[in-house]
Amino acid sequence: MKQFQGRVITPGEVTAPAVVTTEGFNTLASLQMALQFGDKEAKCGDQNNKELHGKPLCGRALCLPQTIGSTTGGLVLYCACAMGRNPACMLFANPIDSLAAAGAVLADVWVDGVAMPVVDSLGEEFLQYVKDGMTVTVKENGVVEVE
Amino acid sequence: MGKQRMILTAEQQAILNGEKGETLAKVMKTLVMYGEAFHAEKLVPITSKYNHLVTSFGLKVMSPVYDLMQQLLDAGVCSEQQFSVDPRPLDKKVPANVLQNFVFNKFMYTKQDFYEDQLTKLGLMDKDAFSCTCYMDEMGNKPQKGEVLSWAESSAVVYANSVLGARCNRNSGIIDIMGSIVGYVPYFGLLTDEGRRATWVVRVETTKKPEAQLLGSAIGMKVMEDVPYVVGLDRWLGTELSDTACAYLKDFGAATASNGAVGLYHIENLTPEAVEQGKALIAEGAREYVIDDAELERVQREYPVMWKNPNATPKLCFVGCPHLSLQQLKDWTDAVEAGLRASGRKTVAIPTVFTAAPRVLEAFEKTPYAARLKATGVITSYICPLMYMNNPLCKTMPVITSSNKLRTYTSARYYTDEQILHAITKEGK
Repeated sequence: MKQFQGRVITPGEVTAPAVVTTEGFNTLASLQMALQFGDKEAKCGDQNNKELHGKPLCGRALCLPQTIGSTTGGLVLYCACAMGRNPACMLFANPIDSLAAAGAVLADVWVDGVAMPVVDSLGEEFLQYVKDGMTVTVKENGVVEVE
Repeated sequence: MGKQRMILTAEQQAILNGEKGETLAKVMKTLVMYGEAFHAEKLVPITSKYNHLVTSFGLKVMSPVYDLMQQLLDAGVCSEQQFSVDPRPLDKKVPANVLQNFVFNKFMYTKQDFYEDQLTKLGLMDKDAFSCTCYMDEMGNKPQKGEVLSWAESSAVVYANSVLGARCNRNSGIIDIMGSIVGYVPYFGLLTDEGRRATWVVRVETTKKPEAQLLGSAIGMKVMEDVPYVVGLDRWLGTELSDTACAYLKDFGAATASNGAVGLYHIENLTPEAVEQGKALIAEGAREYVIDDAELERVQREYPVMWKNPNATPKLCFVGCPHLSLQQLKDWTDAVEAGLRASGRKTVAIPTVFTAAPRVLEAFEKTPYAARLKATGVITSYICPLMYMNNPLCKTMPVITSSNKLRTYTSARYYTDEQILHAITKEGK
């Protein structure tokens, strides 16, 4: 087991299996089809992301460097949270980007009863260490345990 | 919200404290939390005349967005600025079969009229203010250098920052309108001088003018959200922001923003800040990326082909994501005519749609080019090709495009402009 300390963007505690991308996570490309056509697992639809394409994202600890792509990204994430199709948590190796931050904040402020902890600045080593299927626990203070 | 670190004016703090109602307080709380994620210490006034929003589509599944908009309307909260918005998703002129029309109208976009009514109430500029290229002269939402914006739409933000010299972060949908509701945006990132400095130097060393959408794609994938300073492109584009150069930069920027997360680029000797400040814009320790012919070939070669049958004959071609400029429509008309003449054809071999902003199309219709283009069989439309293709029915449809943004989000296959021209005027594949 290894611990990483990050910065809390939106707080919460959760334990979930990891799903990992070392490339930028294109939120619109990843989630648009899943949200539109009732995929409860929210399988990643981004054909350009070979690490994630086809993998379920809902309820997973999504480990990523940052998000990229369309500025609908934040509202897509917000909708995923409102519809209960969101990752269990989002764990960023880098400082968070503006679209992911928007999605996390919109969900936190405007959606009742949703907790999707978001932690950033976990460092490059975090993404090198964590692998698909490992168990990830996020603490309220931004500590992330990977085992 | 944790302990508030941002320093607000008395007026801003009063809004946050709920003195102007609970809903406005939530809007302010959203902006403060958003800014604090980037260590913003203050909110600054928006100074542009108009805003631009990214969400233009009444997708049934996006009901959480419409619910939130309704909360704003019910609370009597309006945008202080009028705004334009991204293109509409549907147009009867664009070819669609019975099943597609059923899915579009009865399943996917059933909220379109409802949402457009919400937009009108919230401050839509006018009924034609639907385009991702709101900054075209014909559309009337062109910010000035130095103005602070609360825009979303990645291709518009990168254009406003880079070509027009305005200041705007890559805001998400919904955050865009929240800025103009309170009249402020958090001060961080591309609003600051430091955030506008380049952390990459990109050297263009190609033997011919690089395809805008390929070059942008290569740079976007390499630098992600960083700011690139591009050297060597002025050799191909010149040093004046002509219509041709601006159209090139529009397409280039859209690819940097969709294949990566670029919100600002500098082109040496061409874009306003690069002309003013030159290499002083480059931050210490900036990394370098060299792009030659082989690199662009590699980038194109590695795009995944998502067609069920990679050798299928294309059934549809989209050009204009982001929307074409008036000059691009004219240039394409000349090129299509010449291509058809050379191949002895009268009309295009593949159903082809050129997309542009409503007011640009209106201006185009007033020129002799419109009738000439119509005679080639090409259809013009104001829609968003991405929204058209954003469904499983299109997944099995072989569509070609010269848009790297459309390629990124759909199963459309990327062809260079030259390859598109060849396909539609000569061989149909």
